[in-house]
Amino acid sequence: MEPVVRHVEPVMGTVFSFDLRPRTGQRSSVDEAIRKAVAWLHWVDATFSTYRPDSQISRLGRGELRIEACDPRVAEVLELCEVEHAASGGYFSSIVAGRLDPSGLVKGWSIELASRLLTAHGITHHAVNGGGDVRVAGRPTPDTEWQIGVAHPLQPGALTSVVSGTDFAVATSGTAERGAHVLDPFTGQPPTGLASVTVVGADLTRVDCVATAAFAMGEQAQPWLEQLDGFEAYAVTDTGMAWWTSGYPTYGSVPSELATS
Amino acid sequence: MRRVLFAVVSTVVGLVALLGFKTHAPEALALGGTGTTGGTTTTTPKTAASAAPSTAASKAASGTRTLTGSSIDTRYGAVQVEIKVSGKTITAVNAVALPDQDGHSAQISQYCAPILSQEAMSAQSAQIQMISGATFTSDGYIQSLQSAIDQI
Repeated sequence: MEPVVRHVEPVMGTVFSFDLRPRTGQRSSVDEAIRKAVAWLHWVDATFSTYRPDSQISRLGRGELRIEACDPRVAEVLELCEVEHAASGGYFSSIVAGRLDPSGLVKGWSIELASRLLTAHGITHHAVNGGGDVRVAGRPTPDTEWQIGVAHPLQPGALTSVVSGTDFAVATSGTAERGAHVLDPFTGQPPTGLASVTVVGADLTRVDCVATAAFAMGEQAQPWLEQLDGFEAYAVTDTGMAWWTSGYPTYGSVPSELATS
Repeated sequence: MRRVLFAVVSTVVGLVALLGFKTHAPEALALGGTGTTGGTTTTTPKTAASAAPSTAASKAASGTRTLTGSSIDTRYGAVQVEIKVSGKTITAVNAVALPDQDGHSAQISQYCAPILSQEAMSAQSAQIQMISGATFTSDGYIQSLQSAIDQI
């Protein structure tokens, strides 16, 4: 029987959980893979944290450091932020309250790259959860799929959906997300209409940003998500209703008491 | 013209869906290892007959282990969860710390604890490995719960 290796790491103001399913004979490489992934997450935190005045992103934001002097990953993240800004019609933004803050992209991106790092070390079957944003690869066992519960935003602890499959990413954005509040960049106010929106796709960097942008859009998110290729979504409104994109049931469970309108 | 699907979201419906998933993924989560918060644990799957309880975790009745999750700070205060594991099943989930500095937080505490206890067990029955979500208190609860589950 193959072992299950779990690791919990507090970093970036939240808790990261690793669930690794190494094949027989990979015990030593799994330890090395975890060490590398954990070191990567702490490096990301030290470099991109807006809570650390000495981080490169804080110094860049204050104009004390030029982008050319930063680690190349900083420019990479800011370019990704620009892509997501454009793709979301301006709803995803790396400028929060007039300050440079790419936090909305950094966590998902760091998990995505941690997952790729694990795969590069031969650990092709794993799940990584960073404060509710999840990337899975391969399978938990040869004949099962990963199953990710989606927390109910209005009933703490209850689940509202379960996403299952292999090799996918899930991110949920909601009213009380940790860290910076999600604001509608056009009004500067918290968005209305949605309690949370969960997005499923292939790459957690994009999935996380799409979830954030969709939440900022509020009720307008539904048609936007429907026409978006490569992503499916499930949302709970602040009145306790749910809606989902037409392809979501392929990946996730939906409430069975349907009222079609 | 796209069809818009609406449904009332309820815990009951969620539980029905979870039960459906149980048959979809009958493989049992393998238990038997020991764990520490903030570290790595390795669990070698064992058959039911040979599944030995942890020696590191505290034992209550025969084969029952108590695992305590990390204390997670939320905007309402610290949240910490403890689970009891018997054999291959989570038998109880208790909040050992929930915010109660003011009326609002206390209300949240009273409201969320029983639902969470029920739901964590349905998560176990559905063989869910991870939770995606984004709320303050439940986020802390889920993180603490996840860290307790990670010790199984």
